[in-house]
Amino acid sequence: MRRININWAINVVSLLLGCVCSQSVFANNGTNIEKGLSLYQQHCFVCHDSEGRGGVGTPLSLSSFINSVDDHYLSQTIRLGRPGRVMPAFESLGTKNIGYLIDYMRSWTGIRPAAFPSDPVSGNTKNGQMLYQKHCANCHGKNGQGGQGTGVTFSRTRDLPIMAPALNNKGFLQAARDTLIEKTLTEGRQGTPMTSFTESGLTKKEIKDIVAFIRTFETTSEHKENQIKLASESPVIVRESSYDLDQTVENLKNSVIGHNLKLIRVQQLDQGFVPENSGNKKQIIVYSCGFNFLYEALKTDPRVGLFLPCRVTVVEHKGKVLVMSVNPKRMSALFNNNELDDMCNQMHDTYIDIIEEAIL
Amino acid sequence: MRPEKTFMRFRLILLASLISIVTSLNTGFAQNLLMIRVENPFPETMVALQAAIQAQGYTISRVQRVDVGLTKSGYQTDLYRIVFFGKADEIQKLSLKYPTLVPYLPLKIVIFAEGEDTLILANNMTNLDSFFRKRELRRYFRQWSHDTSRILERVATTAAD
Repeated sequence: MRRININWAINVVSLLLGCVCSQSVFANNGTNIEKGLSLYQQHCFVCHDSEGRGGVGTPLSLSSFINSVDDHYLSQTIRLGRPGRVMPAFESLGTKNIGYLIDYMRSWTGIRPAAFPSDPVSGNTKNGQMLYQKHCANCHGKNGQGGQGTGVTFSRTRDLPIMAPALNNKGFLQAARDTLIEKTLTEGRQGTPMTSFTESGLTKKEIKDIVAFIRTFETTSEHKENQIKLASESPVIVRESSYDLDQTVENLKNSVIGHNLKLIRVQQLDQGFVPENSGNKKQIIVYSCGFNFLYEALKTDPRVGLFLPCRVTVVEHKGKVLVMSVNPKRMSALFNNNELDDMCNQMHDTYIDIIEEAIL
Repeated sequence: MRPEKTFMRFRLILLASLISIVTSLNTGFAQNLLMIRVENPFPETMVALQAAIQAQGYTISRVQRVDVGLTKSGYQTDLYRIVFFGKADEIQKLSLKYPTLVPYLPLKIVIFAEGEDTLILANNMTNLDSFFRKRELRRYFRQWSHDTSRILERVATTAAD
């Protein structure tokens, strides 16, 4: 009886504390919200939209998301980002500013959920793995790599409100406590493809097993730490042609077509800047496009236009004919997108093939 | 949401956007990419962008209509364009002196629709600094980066007006 009373008292105190806390969040922090709005406009708005509806980034204001993640999750996500998944790390903002940002984001719904306990959830990882492959892998990937692409512009329409997150991502694993993952699995996320596993018939124990398995990604997953490798790549692919400039350009055109790319245009570098027929005829650009690849690339990352269009440049310089392109591998280091890195590797190889076929 | 509230919010957002761009100008271009969202439809923003590029003293050499090419090939896309621009004397001079810079010339800005908003992005040209490591080029890269930010700022200002 005394035990019950103590528990009851603890619950009442917690409830009162909870009320006091949530009141303090929204009663006295108008200034914080304004500061948060300013920071949001500066750092988040461009990808997540003015009201958090998403775009290049995921929709943050979706109530089933924002109302079910705690401040720890948000702050760690802002601080650490999602390495290799576009979302950059905003470590330099500092705790105070991140707090303002969260205050602003909370103002969308006026709800601040209580912090999830940091206690680890224990379960049978082997059973969790089996259940994960059956119930989660379809959306989150066999290895927890998450849904493909980013943003809503090309990869998905706005009526599919959220992309399956990468559960094996270092940023996610540090942001999401076990208890948060457990709750998400239990309740699902309304308005997203994430359904309640309880309603799907899984037991509490089975859900814990899945959580335990997801946590194993922490040790098995390796974020592609290839940024350093990419940054050491040359910015330009350069080869010297054994042919003269005109012949090299002809070879290049044939090579482009031979690689199933559409030849878009051949022009001088300074075309459009100088009157016609007065430019430098020793600097020629060959533009081409593989529309299928382009479409896939835009689905992967709508910012990829900065690589576009595919082009190879032929320049006669000091008696040598140089054939060049940007090095997509080096460029991809700027985008924090592993999927794009893979495509850039492919583009790099294609450029090499095209160029070498034209010069040999 | 009531119209006056929506309008106030819109003004606030635009103001904050301007502040953010100005702030980024003062922070030494730490970002890899320069990117803004404009809460205006694509056609108006495209006009504003072209005017801003010219007002910054650059010539637009061409606009690549990526969406048109994709649509003709059977793909559905939002409006997606690339605007190429530069200064003739810079392009001629630098391309002769530094031929490996040519693949990065002329400068470009990507503009695409995202629903009723428009996103604009450009490379932060100071990234090229670490690529090329030439003192003379560094000056140009900084200037291009500064000018690109000014162009984006102008577009945002036009939207706010």
